[in-house]
Amino acid sequence: MTRGLLRWYYLLLLLLLYLPLGMLLLFSINEGTSLSFPLRGVTFDWYRSMFDNGQLLGAVGNSALVASGAATAATILGTCASLAITRFDFRGKGVFLLAALLPLVVPFIILGVSLLILFSALGVSRSLWTVAAGHTVVALPFAMLVMMARLVGFPRSVEEAARDLGASYFYTLRRVIVPMVAPAMLAAWLVAFTVSVDEFVIASFTVGRDPTLPVYIFGQLRFANRFPQVVALSTLTMLVSIGLVVLAERLRRSGPGEAKAA
Amino acid sequence: MDSRRSPARLALIAPPALYLFVFLAIPMGLMGLLSFRPALRGGIANFDWTPTLEHYRATFAEGGYTRLLWLSVGVALVVALITTALAYPVAYFLAFRAGRRAPLLLTLLIIPFWTSYLLRLIAWKIILGTNGAINSFFLWTGVIEEPVGLLLYSRTAVVVTLVYVWLPFVALPIYASLLRIDRSVLEAASDLGARPWQRLLRVTLPLSAPGVFAAYLMVFIPTVGEYVSPLLVGGSKGSLYGNIIEIFFGDGINWPRGSAMAMIMLAGVMALVLLIARLVNVRRIVEEP
Repeated sequence: MTRGLLRWYYLLLLLLLYLPLGMLLLFSINEGTSLSFPLRGVTFDWYRSMFDNGQLLGAVGNSALVASGAATAATILGTCASLAITRFDFRGKGVFLLAALLPLVVPFIILGVSLLILFSALGVSRSLWTVAAGHTVVALPFAMLVMMARLVGFPRSVEEAARDLGASYFYTLRRVIVPMVAPAMLAAWLVAFTVSVDEFVIASFTVGRDPTLPVYIFGQLRFANRFPQVVALSTLTMLVSIGLVVLAERLRRSGPGEAKAA
Repeated sequence: MDSRRSPARLALIAPPALYLFVFLAIPMGLMGLLSFRPALRGGIANFDWTPTLEHYRATFAEGGYTRLLWLSVGVALVVALITTALAYPVAYFLAFRAGRRAPLLLTLLIIPFWTSYLLRLIAWKIILGTNGAINSFFLWTGVIEEPVGLLLYSRTAVVVTLVYVWLPFVALPIYASLLRIDRSVLEAASDLGARPWQRLLRVTLPLSAPGVFAAYLMVFIPTVGEYVSPLLVGGSKGSLYGNIIEIFFGDGINWPRGSAMAMIMLAGVMALVLLIARLVNVRRIVEEP
């Protein structure tokens, strides 16, 4: 009996989780400007008009730029940190790991205002660069969690063999380790990218004149008549991030060393 | 391993350590300094001032701020509690009853979490609004005569929305901790005559405590600093502590005061994290021989 009950509970929860998203999809192809029932008729105007909106396209471009930069930096730094933690012993390892994972346990508003203070102390004017620098900090722990999980389960015998055969550490890194963990690095990059693309709080404190997509969307919420367009845009980005996450999940599960990782 | 002494180690540690020092440690340190500074005159890089506790005193002296602080903590505790309680049965189902389809069912559950955070807030703004989906749907179908005004712009709306936002994510750590439980322990409990609910309360639940606490913190921490959902669905009556910090760093321009308020929040969150870390360890010692 509990089996049936639990299954119904799961299904009910799933329905409640997807209902609001489905509703957004519905309103994004609804003709009326007010987001309320009854529905008026099917239209793709909101999607079409998005592509005539230069500001909006600019924000999409800005977000793609920031997220690519932050994801690349976070993946490189995260791979270095994960290799150091899983392969070497050193003094202050605990502190190092704690500091890297700290952004996971600090409310983002605190990270946001402290970065704002840093940039104004340094006299750096806020721009997409400052947003990317902030996003790297919060994407780093996510990239590290993906990489460390992979490296822990990754057989060391191959890299040890390379070292025993006289390869330097950097040669081993370049020719053995990186090729073998490349799928995990790509997964880490995609996760970091998704984190950055969606991040609003830190971006809102560190952004300059060029808005990222969430910052732009937030600014548009004041104008009721632009709401359907925002909903259409959000629906589109939702589909893209779902695609990215599914891809990352596949990559994370593929590649050598899987049996040990599981 | 000879490579332990190689320059490789330093080359791997230095870049991330340096990055975290510049973009995490220094900013938080500057924020801490700023919170003791009388006023922002002369720019942030100016260190010619006498430290004061004025901003901390003022924050606690102002009844409205302390009230909001406790409200934020209360909202975060409640949201985390509801979310964890709702997620536990799902995690239990996935870990023990779903069988081979568990990974797929888990992925289905997580997908909404990876959709835009703002988007999910917007969805609830639409659902709860006076002219929103719930009201207009029931008006249209004739269930109600006029819109119910209580839904949007209240603290309840903030709680409902945040529970929705965090629910899919929270099942993960609970699920992981349930998977780690040795099945033979559960069988032993049953063999020794434990009824199903006794087994759940006395064996399964305590053994999954680390996952439950992790889940709780994963919701509590971001919620305590939340200021976006109050702006979107909370209205003026739904403001939280984070909104005041945001105002001091935005239009209000009183960075030292905002820094002090942020430091108070940070201290509270860290205290809770340490407390729960201690609790989980204590439990581990008690539960495991």
